[in-house]
Amino acid sequence: MMDAFRKITSKTAVLPVDNVDTDQIIPARFLTITTKEGLGESVFADWRNDPEFVLNRPEAEGARILVAGENFGCGSSREHAPWALVDYGFRAVVSTSIADIFKNNAVKNGLVPVEVEAEVHRFLLDHPGASVTVDLETCELVLPDGSRAGFPLDGFARHCLLNGIDQLDYLLQQEEAIARFESSST
Amino acid sequence: MNETKPRTLFEKLWTRHLVQPASDDHPAVIYIDLHLIHEVTSPQAFDELRRKNIPLRRPDRTVATMDHSIPTLFDGAEPLYSDDKTRAQVDTLRKNCAEYGLRLYAMGEAGQGIVHVIGPELGLTQPGRTIVCGDSHTSTHGAFGAWAFGIGTTEVGHVMATQCLLQRQPKTFEVRLEGKLARGVTAKDLILAVIREIGVDGGRGHVIEYTGSCIASLSMAERMTICNMSIEAGARAGLIAPDETTYAYLEGREYAPRGDAWAGALADWRTLPTDAGASYDKSVTLDASAVKPMVTYGTNPGMSVAIDEPIPERANRGEDAQALEYMHMRAGERLIGKSVDVVFIGSCTNARLEDLRVAASVMKGRKVAPGVRVLVVPGSQEVKRLAIDEGLDQVFRAAGAEWREPGCSMCIAMNGDGVAAGELAVSTSNRNFEGRQGKGARTVLASPLTAAAAAIRGTIADARELLDSE
Repeated sequence: MMDAFRKITSKTAVLPVDNVDTDQIIPARFLTITTKEGLGESVFADWRNDPEFVLNRPEAEGARILVAGENFGCGSSREHAPWALVDYGFRAVVSTSIADIFKNNAVKNGLVPVEVEAEVHRFLLDHPGASVTVDLETCELVLPDGSRAGFPLDGFARHCLLNGIDQLDYLLQQEEAIARFESSST
Repeated sequence: MNETKPRTLFEKLWTRHLVQPASDDHPAVIYIDLHLIHEVTSPQAFDELRRKNIPLRRPDRTVATMDHSIPTLFDGAEPLYSDDKTRAQVDTLRKNCAEYGLRLYAMGEAGQGIVHVIGPELGLTQPGRTIVCGDSHTSTHGAFGAWAFGIGTTEVGHVMATQCLLQRQPKTFEVRLEGKLARGVTAKDLILAVIREIGVDGGRGHVIEYTGSCIASLSMAERMTICNMSIEAGARAGLIAPDETTYAYLEGREYAPRGDAWAGALADWRTLPTDAGASYDKSVTLDASAVKPMVTYGTNPGMSVAIDEPIPERANRGEDAQALEYMHMRAGERLIGKSVDVVFIGSCTNARLEDLRVAASVMKGRKVAPGVRVLVVPGSQEVKRLAIDEGLDQVFRAAGAEWREPGCSMCIAMNGDGVAAGELAVSTSNRNFEGRQGKGARTVLASPLTAAAAAIRGTIADARELLDSE
């Protein structure tokens, strides 16, 4: 079950790399599972070999908000990528742009995609570990100085995240319309 | 007035599948005509159905195959699994398909193969359909004028339960490709050139429709190569309008309509192409005749150069610098002449019969260079059968290449087929991400022609030098 998400305040972990693909977030050799659990220990597996990698640094310990370069989550549709990030402890990803399929997968797993303007993004990249708040009720990112930057999020995805609602429940309620569509189109 | 407003192919596909229009509060509910599933991204979705005690709504619209983690090596009839986990994934799919009454193309069975190769081959992929799969390269099927896109496992569950998905309407992006491809230049080179032009996120939020005289001249296999890599430009789907080439490909295939139904389908499909005067949210035009054989030098499919061009100097900065360090390459140098360890001819991008023919045309009567390991992995049982009929397997074997069983193999490298750390692979697949073909593996994406030339020369080479003069 997905936990409801209203607001989270955390320091950031900053990964200043553009086009982080889902093969980096979770390499394919970890996809040979039939469950969702336990992927957190393999998140960014190949980059974590480097002791200087952000997640190995003490200042990033406990960070629940990941800040990354543009076009985050591109590539494969593997939902194992948000599963791994959430299992590791992240609840939000901040970038100037986040790939469509990743974004779609993220919101179904309680991971909030936060797309911000370049200026705000620049500030976050320049201030790793800054304490920020993702406020889903107002769809704003609150910076350390109290200033607020809005971010776009589909209204329905937001509603589901705020209330811990499974989107499937809504689809299942459409049964009548689906049955009508099926009988009219075949 | 609304009825006469010119519409794009995509707008027509959208409208046809609208179960519920979008509102401020809810995305649109879109009907899915065909759901393709495989062993890696489906098990958790089946578990969710069981947990919620929901039936699978349309087993008749669901087709399963095994491709991602299956071995391509067998000992007789016995698949040589890389480990117990991949075996368990395959067994899980088999059990789930039996429990829910789904048509499964199991390993070794006729019809089995890479999901994006078998859909079209079986005639399941048809113009006007919505097709989804838990795999980003589902965009491949757009080559038939179907709206096809990759989804995550949660949405695989949504389709299993309701045969529908929640969608916000994407924007449209016309990529117009004019002119004829030069000799020795393939669809793979063309799409790599397109991605270089529009960028790896150039298609984000958009469905790309490829149009123009070049697209019209391409075969279905070539069109599939183009649409396949739409996701590498970040697009939500790739589309090509159906035409006579499409219909000729489909006629007579196992699941294609027959008799009166075929005539009816044709009449319907002919209404799909974009109307004259319809507008796209954005457009770009490229001269396809100027495209040269392309190779990637970096760690995403947008980092590419023509085979005889140097790596651009801008590549010394930022993201590109990290990529060059990983690839052991330098700005200003050419790729030609670089020593190659592995050549992979396969994947949903380039493992169709035409691709194998192209590779074989270069390898015929020649030998793989010493020290180079070459894997040729047909995209499906049907591709394998037809290739053997033509003697292509013998061409590859005689040259010293390994001829394997169908599957995704070294493209995703989760079945034990992989490239060792530091090795340089020339690959006909779709992703040159860090570690994609194995931890530390260095991947150069290229056409089957360029891959075959690398196999023979042992270095990155211009395949045009190896083509028979006409």
